[in-house]
Amino acid sequence: MKSSVIVFPGSNCDRDIAVALEKLQFKNSMIWHKENVLPKSDLIVVPGGFSYGDYLRSGAIAAKSNILNEVIKAGERGSLILGICNGFQILIECGLLKGALLRNSGLKFISKNIFIKIQSNKNKFFNKYKKNEILELNIAHNEGNFFTDKKHLNELEDNDLIPIKYCDKEGNINPKTNPNGSLNNIAGIFNKNKNILGMMPHPERMVDKTCANEDGLPLFLSLMN
Amino acid sequence: MKFAVTVTLKKDVLDPQGKVVSQTLKNMGMNNLSQVRQGKFFEIDLKEKDSSKAHNQVKEMCEKLLVNQIIEDFKISKTE
Repeated sequence: MKSSVIVFPGSNCDRDIAVALEKLQFKNSMIWHKENVLPKSDLIVVPGGFSYGDYLRSGAIAAKSNILNEVIKAGERGSLILGICNGFQILIECGLLKGALLRNSGLKFISKNIFIKIQSNKNKFFNKYKKNEILELNIAHNEGNFFTDKKHLNELEDNDLIPIKYCDKEGNINPKTNPNGSLNNIAGIFNKNKNILGMMPHPERMVDKTCANEDGLPLFLSLMN
Repeated sequence: MKFAVTVTLKKDVLDPQGKVVSQTLKNMGMNNLSQVRQGKFFEIDLKEKDSSKAHNQVKEMCEKLLVNQIIEDFKISKTE
């Protein structure tokens, strides 16, 4: 499978995702944001980091870059797009996903391992996980507090578009197990067609037992399925 | 032609920074305070001389980049 990782000034998880993809034999290309052409890719990843120093709003400036026009076109054609952390923020700012990522409710940058629960595995991204499976992934963000209007929230819930929610080790989903104040403990969302996923936790950091766990690995295996 | 744009979070969006500022002001003895909402301010200088056209251009800037209308409201005022 071919993948493309979009790189902005300030991206800092681009190498991590490239290592994860290459470990699974993806033929990966790194694409600088000033490019106007996107190589044909089965998967496009918008990685984490602090594109443009989070100026204006996280992801707002990156969302207006040259290559994003191509990413938007590819997304609308049905290509698989994964936005992680700052990538999720960029996908929201460019309009491929709806909603907003506000500052964490506790006003602190959070960098720690958290637990998420798989809400839905009937999609291209989580089909190698079991429903209700609990994963331990890492989060590292200042603006991960997902918010949206009631209409969109209903749309997300009614159409199975919330694949992952924050929980504790036992899988309890409630305000106490919510690290950043995110609406209904939402950790990631799909677009209507489920070909575009935005998520705050970092699956690419959990693909090797020598430095973490392998809870992120099935996500990449799902994409190849 | 200069415009001032103020961007604030919508009423139903939690503003944790505003809350902390408000609490701190209260701790400082300013008990008369009911609420603080924190926002952003842009000063925009345009070459356009027609004030209605200029206003529309600033509005477009707000809608396309400066403001996320899901969570934020904006006000435009002409300053010069």
